[in-house]
Amino acid sequence: MLSNLRTMWLVFVHLFKKKATVQYPEEKNTLRPRWRGRIVLTKDPDGGERCVGCYLCAAACPVDCIALQATEDKDGRRYPEFFRINFSRCIFCGYCEEACPTYAIQLIPDFEMAEYNRQNLVFEKEDLLIDSQGKYPGYNFYKVAGMDAGVKKKGEGENEEPPVDIYSLLP
Amino acid sequence: MEVLFCISSLVAILSTVMVITRLNPVHALLYLVVSFMSVAMIFLSLGAPFMAVLEVIVYAGAIIVLFIFVTMMLNLGKETAEQERNWLKPRVWVGPSLLAAVLLAEMIILLTKGQPGSMQVTVVDPKKVALSLYGEYIIALELVGFLMIAGIVGAAHIGKHRKKTFHRFLEDEAETEQQLKADYHDVHTG
Amino acid sequence: MTVMQHIWIVLGVLFVLLNIAAGLIWVERRLLALWQDRLGPNRAGPLGIFIVLADTLKLFFKEDWIPPFADKWVFITAPAIVAGSVLLSFVIIPFAPGIVVADLNVGLLFFLAMSSLGVYSIVLGGWASNNKYALLGAMRGASQMIAYEVFMGLSLMGVVMITGSFNMGDIVDAQKNVWFCFTQPLGFIIFFIAGVAETHRLPFDIPEAESELIAGFHAEYSGMKFGMFFIGEYLGITLISAMTVTLFFGGWHGPAFLPPLAWFALKTILFLGLFILLRASLPRPRYDQLIEYGWKVLLPVVLANLMITGAIALWLKST
Repeated sequence: MLSNLRTMWLVFVHLFKKKATVQYPEEKNTLRPRWRGRIVLTKDPDGGERCVGCYLCAAACPVDCIALQATEDKDGRRYPEFFRINFSRCIFCGYCEEACPTYAIQLIPDFEMAEYNRQNLVFEKEDLLIDSQGKYPGYNFYKVAGMDAGVKKKGEGENEEPPVDIYSLLP
Repeated sequence: MEVLFCISSLVAILSTVMVITRLNPVHALLYLVVSFMSVAMIFLSLGAPFMAVLEVIVYAGAIIVLFIFVTMMLNLGKETAEQERNWLKPRVWVGPSLLAAVLLAEMIILLTKGQPGSMQVTVVDPKKVALSLYGEYIIALELVGFLMIAGIVGAAHIGKHRKKTFHRFLEDEAETEQQLKADYHDVHTG
Repeated sequence: MTVMQHIWIVLGVLFVLLNIAAGLIWVERRLLALWQDRLGPNRAGPLGIFIVLADTLKLFFKEDWIPPFADKWVFITAPAIVAGSVLLSFVIIPFAPGIVVADLNVGLLFFLAMSSLGVYSIVLGGWASNNKYALLGAMRGASQMIAYEVFMGLSLMGVVMITGSFNMGDIVDAQKNVWFCFTQPLGFIIFFIAGVAETHRLPFDIPEAESELIAGFHAEYSGMKFGMFFIGEYLGITLISAMTVTLFFGGWHGPAFLPPLAWFALKTILFLGLFILLRASLPRPRYDQLIEYGWKVLLPVVLANLMITGAIALWLKST
C-alpha cells in the first residue's frame, strides 16, 4: 500500500519535469552530419558530374531502388544517361554511399520528403544532382584517375608518373 | 399513484409471461430482470421505497447477474432452443393456465365487489423496516441468519482446495530433486 | 421549485455531464502525457481541446457494425444500459443547495441499485458478442463488480450510521463541521477502491485488460456503440468522484469565498485527476489477486469499520 502511494507521488512529480517531446514542425531536432537521409548526386569542383556510371551502387542496394544507365561523352568521360532512385523503396541504409568509388552518391541529413502522390517519390537525375561537392570538397575523380577524359592529360595527375612508352626497350 | 401501480403491474405480468415463453435462456433472464424492476416499481407505488431499492439491488443487481453468469458459461446453443420448443407444447401449458385463469377471474370478482376506494398508501421508511425486523420478527431473522451461515460454510468447504507451496511448472522439478536427494543418500550410505 | 426550474436543472445537469464525459478524453490524454514526460494532444485548437471534437466525430462516423454471429438485440442494448444507469445515478447527487434532480429519501440506495444494474452492460455485451475474449471479459467483469459492490455498499453504511439517513442532502448537511473523510477514513479508502473496481478503470480494468483480452467485453463493438461504453466509463469515474466528494469530502461545503457549486466542481475535478493518476502509475493486478484482495482483505476491514462505527455511535448516544 505504501509503495503504491510512493509510486503515485513519484509519477505525480513528473508533472513538473522537463518534457521529452520535440514539437516537430516548429522545433527541429539537430541532425548530425552523418545522418543518412535523402540521397543526392554531387559534383566535382569543376562542376562536372562525379558519377561514372559504374553500377556499384545499384548492385549494392539491398532493395534495388537505384536504376541507371551509363554512357560516355565525346571525351570518353563516363556519366549516367539516366539515374533514378525510387525513394518509396529506399531504406536509407547507406550501402550505395559506401560502394561509390567516386564519392558521387551521398546521403544527406534531410528526411522531410513526404509526398501526396507515390509517383513523386521516384527521383530522376535532375532531382538528385545538387550543385555541391557534398562531404568531400576538392575531390575530383578524373584528376586522380589514370585516364584522359578531358580533365587532364594522361600522366599529369597528382602522384602520377608519366605513361610508360611501351614501344621503347629502356626500363 | 394508482395509474403507476396499474402500469407497472401490467409490465410485470407481461414480462413474466415472456420469461416463460422465451426459448433462449439469457433472453428469458433479461425479461426476468424487467419483471423484478416492475415489482420494485410496484413496491414504490405502494409506499415502500426501501423495499423497492433493495429489490433492485439484491434481485436484479446480484442474483440475476449470477444466473446469467452461469447460463453464459453453459454454452447453450440451438439444441436447447429446440428442446424448449418441444417442451412448450399447448398440451403442457393449457391445463395450468386454464386453472390459473379461473383463479384470476375469482380474484377480479372479489376485487370489484369490494369498495372501489383509492389505495391506502402509507410510506414505510427504512427505520420502520429495521424496527420490525429487529423487534417483531427477530426470531425469523436469526433463523435466516443460521441458514445463510450454513450456506456460506458449505460454499467455503466446496470451494476449498489445498494450497500448493510451489508453482505447477515446478512440480516435476521438485519431484526429481527429491528423487536425486534420495539417490544421493542411498549411494553414500548403502 | 417550479416545474420549469426543475426541467432546467435536469437539462443543465445532462448538458454538463455529457460535456464532462467528452472533455475527459482530452483531460486524460493530456494528464497522462504530462505524467509520462510527454506533451499530449496540443495541436487542434487552444491547448488541443478540439481533440474532443475530432474524437467524437470519428466515433460518430465509424462503421457501426454488428457481427453476424452476435445476438443482435442484446448486443444493441448492452451499451445503452451502461450510459443509462450511470446517468440515472447522477439524479441523486446534490451539486449545490437546491441543485439536485431528485431529492430521494433512499438516495444512497438508489445509487447502489443503479451501479448494480451497470453490471448488465458488461455481462450482456460480453455474452452477446459471441466471442471467447469478450465472454472471458464479461465473466471477470461480473465477478469483480458483484464482489466490489458488496464492499462499496458496506463502506457507505458507516456514513449512513453517523447521519442516520439515506438522503444525500442530509449526508452533506451532516458534514458541515467535520468531513466524513476524517471520521470515516477506512470507509473513504474502501469506497474509493471499490469505486475504481466498479468503474473497471485502471489499475482494476480486468474485464478489458488490453494485454490479455484484447479489449475484453467490448472487443466486438465499434462506432457509437463503443462510444457509449466509452462515455459510460468516463461518466462512471465522474460519478464516483462526485459521490466521494458528497459522501466524504463535504459536498458543496467550503470556505465562503467561492460559491458552493464551485467548491463541488473543484473537489470533483481533483478526484478525477486522482483517477487518472491511478491509471498513470499503478500496474494491473492479476485477476485472482483482485478477487482475493476483495474478499480476504477488504471485507473483514469494512465489517470491522462498520462495527466500530456502530459501537462509537451507540456510545456517543448513551453518554
